[in-house]
Amino acid sequence: MGFNQTKDPSGVAVVQVEGQLIVGNRQELKELVQAALDSGERRILIDFSRTGYIDSSGLGALVSISKRIREMGGELRLSGLNEDLRSLFELTKLDTLFAIAETPQQALTSF
Amino acid sequence: MPSPLRLTVRRSPTPDTDGVATLVTLRVPSDVACIEEAVDLVTRHCLAGQHAWERTRFRLQVVLSEALSNAVMRGNCEDCGKWVDVRAELLPDTIRLFVTDQGPGFDPSAVPEPIRPEQLDEAGGRGLYLIRKLVDAVQFNEQGNSICMILRRP
Repeated sequence: MGFNQTKDPSGVAVVQVEGQLIVGNRQELKELVQAALDSGERRILIDFSRTGYIDSSGLGALVSISKRIREMGGELRLSGLNEDLRSLFELTKLDTLFAIAETPQQALTSF
Repeated sequence: MPSPLRLTVRRSPTPDTDGVATLVTLRVPSDVACIEEAVDLVTRHCLAGQHAWERTRFRLQVVLSEALSNAVMRGNCEDCGKWVDVRAELLPDTIRLFVTDQGPGFDPSAVPEPIRPEQLDEAGGRGLYLIRKLVDAVQFNEQGNSICMILRRP
């Protein structure tokens, strides 16, 4: 379980969620994104291609992160949600709040 | 370092008088760092060899994580002197999941639905809503400190 941050050649900061995004590690993700913002990143992609499950705390952390990025004049994209993960966003209507792409590649070209 | 979680598993070749074929119990400290391991242990032991239940794995993981999170943080207020007890009963067509904390309980009917447009930007308040959406039935004890989540075989 953890987060892997890389920089795409296009200049987008890419954070991959490996394992779960839940109450036990949501703060780590928030801090990681804040650090990226502090270092000047404004285009951020969070990819869930290697994610098992997300709980409501994880969803809440994404809402907070989204707000923070907007406040800083940046853009957030999500990608790689499988059918199960996507259902969580749909059930909570958060699919209307986030820009969600099917694959990381599609997300990168949407900035 | 040994795990602070206490697990027991009972499997019977034939269901007991209540129809329970597998019983998994787990005692979890009130520490959010233990939740992922607790979810993994209960899910693994519930679904071992149960191919017909495989499609419920994701729902089981999410609702257990939610219920444990509520119990540890809201019920027990992360008091390290308190425990959360998980009891999973696997019946032929149903899984009953009980999560019980040592807190004073709460009134589940007073929890608002978090999907109104003006609430979408809120960070919290989706846990119980998600549980209700992902399982087939939810019951609480009278005190409100024990949730029973029922999943039927797909």
